[in-house]
Amino acid sequence: MHTHQPAPPTLSFPYLETLWLQVTGTLCNLTCKHCFITCGPNNASHPIMTSEQVTQAVDEAVGFGVREFYFTGGEPFLHPEIEELIAYVLERGPLSILTNGLLIDATRADRLAKLAAASPYSLDLRVSLDGFTADQNDPIRGRGTFEKIIGAVTRCAAAGIPPILTITEVVPATEATLPAFQQLLSNAGITRPRLKFLPPVRLGREARRDRGYQDEERLVDGDLLPDEVFSLACGTGRMVTAKGVYPCPILIEAKDARMSDRLADALTPIQLRHQACYSCHAEGLRCRT
Amino acid sequence: MPHLNPDHAPPRRIVVFGGVYNNHLSLAATLAEAERRGADEIYCLGDMGGFGPRPDKVFPLLQRAGVRCMQGNYDHSIGNRLEDCACGYTDPRDNHFARISYDYTLARTSDANKDWLRALPTGFRHTWNGRQVVMAHGSTRRTNEFLWASTSPDHFLEHLLRDAEADLLLVTHTGIPWSRTLPSGRTVINVGAIGRPANDGNLNVWAVEIDLTTPSDIRHRFLPISYDHAALADEMRDEQLPEEFVATILTGWWTTCLEILPAKERALGRF
Repeated sequence: MHTHQPAPPTLSFPYLETLWLQVTGTLCNLTCKHCFITCGPNNASHPIMTSEQVTQAVDEAVGFGVREFYFTGGEPFLHPEIEELIAYVLERGPLSILTNGLLIDATRADRLAKLAAASPYSLDLRVSLDGFTADQNDPIRGRGTFEKIIGAVTRCAAAGIPPILTITEVVPATEATLPAFQQLLSNAGITRPRLKFLPPVRLGREARRDRGYQDEERLVDGDLLPDEVFSLACGTGRMVTAKGVYPCPILIEAKDARMSDRLADALTPIQLRHQACYSCHAEGLRCRT
Repeated sequence: MPHLNPDHAPPRRIVVFGGVYNNHLSLAATLAEAERRGADEIYCLGDMGGFGPRPDKVFPLLQRAGVRCMQGNYDHSIGNRLEDCACGYTDPRDNHFARISYDYTLARTSDANKDWLRALPTGFRHTWNGRQVVMAHGSTRRTNEFLWASTSPDHFLEHLLRDAEADLLLVTHTGIPWSRTLPSGRTVINVGAIGRPANDGNLNVWAVEIDLTTPSDIRHRFLPISYDHAALADEMRDEQLPEEFVATILTGWWTTCLEILPAKERALGRF
């Protein structure tokens, strides 16, 4: 017998504000256990974007009046021309880079600081860390990563580009959590702490590490709040990978989520029919800086 | 209802400000400066409440001076008696201080003033010296959009002003003043805020004067406004507002709700 699911909500697309670029696809130098797109050294599901693919998407978005750019992956600093691409974007607008920090040595931190200083627009580095001790972080991100990440954060701060620490809430927060992270940043020489806490997305490896979405965790017509379109990533943003255009950074491996080849054909309303949409609506997941 | 006045005799000098944040002392100083400069019209781009002491004190000042007022996101929340300021912070420390400030302002704003806030318009448009002048709280497309200098690329602003049919756009909402003339000749001015200093270590606040005395041209200058910040700090302490807020008034550096600052603006502050 065919059972009828209630219809999902339709989300309008008022304008393009944010362009996400999956610059290194699903290629990463880590295999984090909570990665919702299962990135790793051997995952070429979404290949590295060519520099031309990146600059074309940026130029197209500029034509639509886009406001801000994001580089993610995978690990963006695995891209062979990443610094040229950063410079290209920073001539056109503000850029956030989501990174694990492992490839940011002192020389690179200095070069990034120079790129940031040369632009009228902001460069935000978002470095991921999943606990305030190695015991919390390393089982998720990999052995020895805690020390390496703190090293990268310290180098960035010393170079004058203090990063935003992005923390996925895989370890339940307690009253001690926030002061502990603040102390960590203070020890790393950061006088202007910036922290961003994110709920996990129950896809990819995270679905196996913890759990996937439960059947009732989905959105139905009428769930959306009046101005929610402006806070959801898919309301005013799009993701471009080497394989095409997607509604958001979360859904690049979701079945039937691919929208088009070109940005121009993807600036249209969508249905929020994926279970991951529940995380953004109900748990307040916000990928933006 | 001064804010509903239609265009009639064109003004020659206009003073524009935003972000009052309950700071009735800087508001009084701003209005005195506008009078001293012979302003024909005064505009407030919204956010009357938050941060400072005794919210009801700003309303008679605005109304007596005939200031044309616009509704900001904070005014919308207070006017409609919403549960929070809908500031959307993700940092727990920022949420903590935003909550204190909002609950204080909501509890101490009279019903009559809440109704007044709720009825305010959300934008102004004028033709001055043959040019289209648009005023908005955050941006022309959204009340709570932040137009920071470092996250507002030229092509984006051109797009925004073209869509709004604006030659000159005036906004507030961020609290840090800046202006830019775009390649097309269109101009954007963020007037900053008069409620607290601009996170630059100076104690003054900022307003903007628009000068229409040169035909077919619109000139502007930023006006530094000094006021009795020590008296405001005393009043904030009397009201048991957080010492973190008082520190901003006394040092010129922001101490809370810093996550909204993009990297460049954040790097200019102390915290």
